[in-house]
This record gives sequence, structure tokens and C-alpha cells, in this order.
Amino acid sequence: MRFVSPEAYVKSIVASVQDYSLLCARAVGDLFSRPRYVADMFTQMDSIGAGSLPIVVLTGFFTGCVLALQAAVSLKEFGAVNMTGELVTLSMVKELGPVLTGLMVSGRNASGMASELGSMKVSEQIDAMRALGTDPIRKLVTPRLVATVVMLFFLTIISDACGIAGGAFVSVAMLKLNAATFFHTGYMSLAHGDVVEGLVKPLFSGFIIATVGCYYGLRTTGGTSGVGKSTTQAVVASSVFIILTDFLVTQLMIGFFGR
Amino acid sequence: MAESVLNPLMQEFLSSGKPMVEFKDVSIRFDGPAVLDSINFAVMHGETRILLGPAGCGKSVLMKLANGLLEPDSGEIFVFGRSLGEMTETEIFEMRAHVGMVFQESALFDSLSVENNVAYRLCEEHVAPETIHARVIEALQFVELEKAIDKFPSELSGGMRRRVSIARAIISQPDLILYDSPTGGLDPITSNTIIELIVKQRDVSHTTCLLITHRLQDAFTLATHRYDAVQQKMVSIPDGGIDPGTKFLVLNEGKIVFDGTTLELTHTENPWLRRFIE
Repeated sequence: MRFVSPEAYVKSIVASVQDYSLLCARAVGDLFSRPRYVADMFTQMDSIGAGSLPIVVLTGFFTGCVLALQAAVSLKEFGAVNMTGELVTLSMVKELGPVLTGLMVSGRNASGMASELGSMKVSEQIDAMRALGTDPIRKLVTPRLVATVVMLFFLTIISDACGIAGGAFVSVAMLKLNAATFFHTGYMSLAHGDVVEGLVKPLFSGFIIATVGCYYGLRTTGGTSGVGKSTTQAVVASSVFIILTDFLVTQLMIGFFGR
Repeated sequence: MAESVLNPLMQEFLSSGKPMVEFKDVSIRFDGPAVLDSINFAVMHGETRILLGPAGCGKSVLMKLANGLLEPDSGEIFVFGRSLGEMTETEIFEMRAHVGMVFQESALFDSLSVENNVAYRLCEEHVAPETIHARVIEALQFVELEKAIDKFPSELSGGMRRRVSIARAIISQPDLILYDSPTGGLDPITSNTIIELIVKQRDVSHTTCLLITHRLQDAFTLATHRYDAVQQKMVSIPDGGIDPGTKFLVLNEGKIVFDGTTLELTHTENPWLRRFIE
């Protein structure tokens, strides 16, 4: 392991924050000027959205199942097993749906973006793109950013629905609860703020996944081992940022809606 | 190749007699000593400037500076008479539309077919699909690779990739071509094929070019041969003649050690240079 001076270390962190901020600003700014790579956006939406659907559905469904099982054990002690639907629905919509979907999509797509762009970087394809008169941020980052934000929003809704369905399945099949009661208590427990909170989080997570994945990809150096390193760093950084942002957004929403 | 597509501004610039590329006191360093130190040279219209020098002396960095892919720490770079430092990023992208670049490792887009790689720039310019296809065929015929149009870069040999890269660089009929070690890592026969294509491009289109090479024999082949359109092959210039438009720039440890014609290079008194070319 190579040791660097504290001054150089701090400078490198500041430079990284600056580079990341500039990348984000340019990726967003490119949305408001031509050319726009709309076809690339749809290609990425297919790759990120449709491609992530199986893991999101499975993760959401089984999270709902586990949640119902765990909740029932605790609620039974208070004679409140009928509130399983409320607990599962609230947990999925407010917290587990957005966060788990974000983490799953991050694991699949932040790594994919970092490795794809990293490979392009080390094989001079990014330079070739610039030499051919194309802005790589406009061509590669902005479409991924738009696609991830849009698709993560819908993937989260699907994950929420699958989680509630999983909870309902366990409640009916294993806990012998009434399906109508499960859905009714769940529906009644949701307030406007809960839904807003659950739908705002994926917008931030999507932004983080795309920008962090592309940032690490575009700064890749050092050949194939560099690509591997960038991929790992992208997944770790985006996962941590998603959970950190989840905390901040939750705090903000509690401030807004009081719950 | 198709008819020239020079716009009026470019034609006006070419008739002004100013250098196509000019470096004025350019220096750049990364973490460590200067990679290029106070570089001054100019490339005139129609000239083929060959960059020579030992590995790591800054040739590729110089090439990337000329295309605005890197920014110098100090000094000014003029391309088509305009300072890159004074251009906005959009203007630099527009300038690159007039510059073709062949990268050291070809740098083909591996997710695109040969056709889409070669057509890339035209697609970006929203040229009609029928025109794009015709021009791709034309460019691939120039590099004698039209049969590989549907292949992907991973299916091509190193020499074929380099030829596709040349086709991609010339498809928009650029006014300046930058070749970064086009024969690097290739066997002598394939290298000769690539050099023949470069000579063909030089003598058919009279395009200004900057070329990096590690192989002295390639550099001297460029200086002593021309493309014969009748025989459709590269031939020696008669009576030991030398192409007047081919000049040399030799770098060592980030500094220019030679800037001149082929004859001046072969008659140099500089001991390091003599050792280098011998």
C-alpha cells in the first residue's frame, strides 16, 4: 500500500469532489441544449429498467414476505397480528422499497456503467469519441442519468407493489390472515406524505447511481485492473451515498409532513 | 474519395498561407518533470510532419494537445489559425470536425460494427442514411476492407483494426490527420500496408498530417515513396528523390532536438541524433 502525505490526500479528495460536481452539473446542463441523444436514453432505459426488473421484483417480493413473517411474530405478543398489513405496507412504501431497489439497481447498474465507461476510457474510446467531435458527457452520462432517474422511480413502485404482494401472500398462506383486512389496513395506514417520501427517494438514488457510476468509469486509469477497481469503488460509493441520502431525505420529509 | 467539403472559412484560411498547426512555447507536465518543455514548431498546409523520438518522450501527448484532448500548462497551440486556449468547448468540438485522428490502439468502439464505427462522425452530423452507407463503402474500399463491413472490432486482426481506424478518420475528408503510431505493434508486412495507405491518402487528397512512428524505416518510406495512381500502388520516387512535403520533428526528453527536412535529418551532425537514426 502506498502512503501519501495528509496534504496530498486532502487535495485529492477536494479535487474528486470538484470533478464529481462538475460532471453532475454538465450532465444536467446538457439536458437543456442540443444535441440530445434521445435514442441512447431509451436504450439505457431498456437496459437499466427492463434489465433490472427481475432482481427488483424478486427482492421486493421476498422482502415483503420476510417482513410479514417477522412482524407477525412481534405483533402476536401484543395481539395485533391484524396490523401486519399496515406494518408491511408502510415499511415497503416509505423505506424498504426505495432503499432496497436503489441498492439492487446500484449493484447492477453503477457497476455496469463504471466498467463499461472504464473499459472505454482505458482503450482510448472516450478520447476517440472526443476526437470525433462528440462530447462524452452528453453522449454517455446524460442518457444514463435520465434513464436511471426515470426507471428507478417506476422500479421502486413495482418493488413496493411486489413487497406488499409478498407480505399479503405470507399473511394469507402462512399466518391465515384475511387478505381484505391486510390490504385495507395497509391502504388506510398510508398518508400523502408517506407516498411522497417513497417516491422522492428513488429520484435521488437514481441520480447518485448514474453520476457515481459514470464518474468512476470516466476517471479509470491503469488498464483492466483499473476497471475492476473503478467498478468496486462505484458500487461501494453509490451504496453508501444512497443510504446517507435516504437518511437526509427521511429527515427532510419528517420536517415537511411530521411523520 | 468524394469531392472536398471545405467550407468557405476553411478555404479562406488555407489560402492565407498560415500554418495548419502551430505550437508556441508549449509546456505540459503531469506528476513529475515536464513531459513537453517549450515546444515550438509549425506544420504548413499539405505537409506531412513525422514525429520521431524514443518511447516516453511526449509524442502522443503532443498529438493529443494538437487535437485539444489535453490542455497545455503554458504556451499556445494554434489549429487552423485559431488558438485552442481561446476556443470554447463547443468550438473545439466543431474544430475537430476538420481533424481526423488514428489512435495508437485503433480505439474503435467495440460495441459498434465496422460500418457504424466508420459512419460514426457522419451519423453525428445527421447525414442521410443512404449517403452515409455510400461513403462508408467508399472509405472502406480506400483501405481495402469493404468485406469486413458487418464485422465487429473483436473479429478483426490488429492490422485490420488500424485500417478501419484510418477509414473512420478520413471519411469526413478532414483537413488535418493525426496518426498516433499507426504501425505500432504490427508485423512488417502489415506495417507496410498501413504506410502505403497513408502515402495513398497523402498523395490522393494532399491532406496535411502529423504522424508518430517508432519505426524509422516507415518514416523514410513515407519520405522516399509516392502513390502511383496508374499502378495503384506505392512506388519509390525516381532517382532517389524525396517528397518535399515530408518533414521531421524529433523529440527527446520533452524537447525538440530536430525540426527540418529529410535531407537535413540524414546529414545531421548532432551525435545523439546520428545514433538515433542509425
